[in-house]
Amino acid sequence: MTPEGSLLAAVDLRKTYGPTTALDGAEFSIHPGEIVAVMGPSGSGKSTLLHCLAGIVTPDSGSITYDGREMATMNDTQRSALRRSEFGFVFQFGQLVPELTCVENVALPLRLNGSNRKSAERTALQWMERLEVDDLKGKRPGEVSGGQGQRVAVARSLVTSPRVLFADEPTGALDSLNGERVMDLLTDAARSANAAIVLVTHEARVAAYSDREIVVRDGKSRDMERVV
Amino acid sequence: MSIGHTLLGLLESGPRHGYDLKRAFDEKFGHDRPLHYGQVYSTMSRLLKNGLVEVDGVEAGGGPERKRYAITEAGVTDVQRWLATPEKPEPYLQSTLYTKVVLALLTHRNAAEILDAQRSEHLRMMRILTDRKRKGDLADQLICDHALFHLEADLRWLELTAARLEKLAEAVIR
Ligand SMILES: Nc1ncnc2c1ncn2[C@@H]1O[C@H](COP(=O)(O)OP(=O)(O)OP(=O)(O)O)[C@@H](O)[C@H]1O
Ligand SMILES: [Mg+2]
Repeated sequence: MTPEGSLLAAVDLRKTYGPTTALDGAEFSIHPGEIVAVMGPSGSGKSTLLHCLAGIVTPDSGSITYDGREMATMNDTQRSALRRSEFGFVFQFGQLVPELTCVENVALPLRLNGSNRKSAERTALQWMERLEVDDLKGKRPGEVSGGQGQRVAVARSLVTSPRVLFADEPTGALDSLNGERVMDLLTDAARSANAAIVLVTHEARVAAYSDREIVVRDGKSRDMERVV
Repeated sequence: MSIGHTLLGLLESGPRHGYDLKRAFDEKFGHDRPLHYGQVYSTMSRLLKNGLVEVDGVEAGGGPERKRYAITEAGVTDVQRWLATPEKPEPYLQSTLYTKVVLALLTHRNAAEILDAQRSEHLRMMRILTDRKRKGDLADQLICDHALFHLEADLRWLELTAARLEKLAEAVIR
């Protein structure tokens, strides 16, 4: 059963890699605009859960519904269309394309969705202003600092106005001051766009930006709100 | 915190009345716990007795809050000495949480659940502080950061303990 009013929900997810059980009956749900932290020890299955929820990895069994639609019934084309238009992604290391300038990087998801260059870069620049990195527009990722690059990556993740943002250790490579800056800007931007965030982190100070947390241990998830 | 030294320090920039001292203290240091007038007067009379402050004038109307205090030479030396003496680090060896975890293991209860519930409680507090910090000024940020780093340290210990529960159980039950 999926929780009332949830945008994205998963029930009884299982996933094994050879002999390794990565997910062992994990559950998850998130409401529109909600920020949920996914915590738990290293190797417990947090990233695997995120990848399944985002349609990047197909679970062996279990159900994932997005906006009332069962993901398992979608074909690859439908799933990647969903990823491109409804989801945004930020990972530990920005994963910007090194050959492109920062503004081209941010505009990339829009270009892939068919927007023309001019309008894509105009929208991209608005997001870069929001993340306070618009002055870096002409630079390449190799020419900016880690914290700046991560804010560019956040701008890129939000440029399509996704309804769900998947963030896997978004501040993992940053010091605490820069990490905090990224979290402030990331959550402000997401809140004003009413985007939900699935926030994988092992840092409590980062998790403190969430509305609630779930804990993953040995591939099983625990919703701390329903426990207490 | 030493209220006496703090009030003395506030007097270093110039004489102040009792009510003015209280207001300055509350504004800078008393965010969550403003001083009572009683605390101000008992502290000031102690400082007066020890020669660290002197009465510099009295406003019409009487009452102790009308007295104007000035710091003495000895008072300045005392503030200087206090500032220069490092605070003793807290040893943090009396952990209720540690006791709870060991007791849970001894009595074959679920210790992981205790740790999870505690994490949740800590995070709740951290969310409140994070929120206050985002809305506050620099002073708020510094105060909240201090608390946040301490709570974070607790949580790190908690994660480490959670990861070592099986070993701890063996050691405790043996
Ligand atoms: N592509 C893969 N191939 C094989 N094993 C995998 C793969 N991805 C994950 N695993 C295994 O699945 C388990 C869960 O991994 P996962 O990456 O989800 O953990 P995590 O909670 O994100 O850890 P961390 O905090 O270290 O990032 C681990 O034992 C991991 O080795
Ligand atoms: Mg991971």
